[in-house]
Amino acid sequence: MEQPLTKNIRPGEEPLDLKAYEQAGGYQATRKALQGMTPAEVTELVKDSNLRGRGGAGFPTAQKWSFVPMGDDAPRRKYLIANADEMEPGTFKDRLLLEGDPHQLLEGMLIGAYAIQAEVAYIFLRWEYKLAAERLTKAIAEAYGAGYLGHNILGSGYGLELHLHVSAGRYMCGEETGLLNALEGKRATPRSKPPFPQTSGLWGKPTIVNNVETLCNLPHIINNGAEWFKGLSHSQDGGTKIYGVSGRVRRPGTWELPMGTTIREILEDHAGGMRDGCKFRGLLPGGASTDFLVEEHLDVKMDFDSVQKAGSRLGTGTMIVLDDQTCPVGMVQNLERFFAQESCGWCTPCRDGLPWTAQILQALEDGRGQPRDLQRLALHTKLLGPGHTFCALAPGAMEPLQSALQYFKEDFEQHIREHRCPWR
Amino acid sequence: MLSAEERCEIEAELAHYPQKQAVCIEAMKIIQRHRGWVSDEAIKDLAALLEMTPDEIDGVATFYNLIFRKPVGKHVILLCDSVTCWIMGYDRLRQHLTARLGIQPGETSTDGRFTLLPIVCLGTCDHAPALMIDNDLHRDLDSTKLDEIVTKYR
Repeated sequence: MEQPLTKNIRPGEEPLDLKAYEQAGGYQATRKALQGMTPAEVTELVKDSNLRGRGGAGFPTAQKWSFVPMGDDAPRRKYLIANADEMEPGTFKDRLLLEGDPHQLLEGMLIGAYAIQAEVAYIFLRWEYKLAAERLTKAIAEAYGAGYLGHNILGSGYGLELHLHVSAGRYMCGEETGLLNALEGKRATPRSKPPFPQTSGLWGKPTIVNNVETLCNLPHIINNGAEWFKGLSHSQDGGTKIYGVSGRVRRPGTWELPMGTTIREILEDHAGGMRDGCKFRGLLPGGASTDFLVEEHLDVKMDFDSVQKAGSRLGTGTMIVLDDQTCPVGMVQNLERFFAQESCGWCTPCRDGLPWTAQILQALEDGRGQPRDLQRLALHTKLLGPGHTFCALAPGAMEPLQSALQYFKEDFEQHIREHRCPWR
Repeated sequence: MLSAEERCEIEAELAHYPQKQAVCIEAMKIIQRHRGWVSDEAIKDLAALLEMTPDEIDGVATFYNLIFRKPVGKHVILLCDSVTCWIMGYDRLRQHLTARLGIQPGETSTDGRFTLLPIVCLGTCDHAPALMIDNDLHRDLDSTKLDEIVTKYR
């Protein structure tokens, strides 16, 4: 089984430096793209590979790029941003790539930037990823030193300036347009769309924001082609995926596996199944803002379309497991409190609605729940759902709640009936 | 007054962005690295440097949880309270830590050693529960390990 994204990563060891990365075949894709392909050819190849965005939404990467104005009349400067603001609770996959193989990300950014003819690139990194910041800083200096960044890269006439931006917190920064405001030195509130960042992004200029894992796939697609990339996958979506499992399993961790590996295989073969004394009750397949899946879904393939068909979202592909020793109402309370805290306050349904849901859930946990609370919660999942808010934060927050009300209804009712949390 | 060192570091950042305002978050982090926090006076000095109003800068400062607008202790403890850490024993850890330090989240110990703050998911969920002290990540925590760590930072 090929593992292109993690082949250079040796846990617990320093990442490859520039020379070692080159010896392992690194920057060959840059050479190939910049010296032998037009930007349109790069985009076409990525389109043929069926690469979909790994940040959670799963939007086809080449299609995202295709909205960027090209040619001599295009507004300048154009920007490419690596979204390394990994803050989705339960998600720890980009950390692996950032710490483990920083040059792979830089090379992916170079190829993406070349495809849209961006002059400037930023890595938007969360403050807490200290080791990643240190290793990226070193890799960027090495890349400038070797002429992979700066003017006239490899004599191609193409130039790219690349900077690391380390953030100062807040989940909202991971939202594409919130991130743009943060980079401009503003509060990270979301922007109205349209216009989309591809035409009017950073400082009003054409901008692409891609997730770290998405970008890391690009060198391998350039080197090996679209058919190879599609062949890595067990599903329609091309490539491998870095999956993760956390919670009370025997071996929590991350694994690079074919896209479309089943939940059961990830959970049992790789994470080793549940810890002794714990029984599986459900999981969030891709971070805090995805719907619960339960026992009946264990044979679902972890790809964008299959998970959606099962009623949830692949999201970041890092699962959070709920076991029978953990209160599902308490777990959802934790999630909703997170979302209420991280709401930027820009739009009313999110700013006011999320604290209400968190308070109702806290009341259930404290034994103060009322029978009508379940209807109130169900109503909130509609009022804060898609179409009622400025960005995806509140609709995302409703996903675990609405599915918990569906799959763990008896647990909610027991809290109300017994005036207590049965797990306390 | 911004120190020469602070000013020099901030000016180096200016080269990375087409507009001065973009530097304000990085600039506050630079000030905080030197002084531990960002005072009203620092906000005014920064506003003059970046051609912004103090209110504009404070509006940005108050959005970001890792910009400290109040003095903090010698060490800042960021204890993850997100979902996986919660499942893996956050409540017990918090109780242990607050009892040991004699402070609640958001407070600084009377000896000025520690400030305890909640933090969202640290992205190390396969080693939950986790926390950061200053720039260091500590994982797979239990109360024994927590005691060892706290002792080390005293």
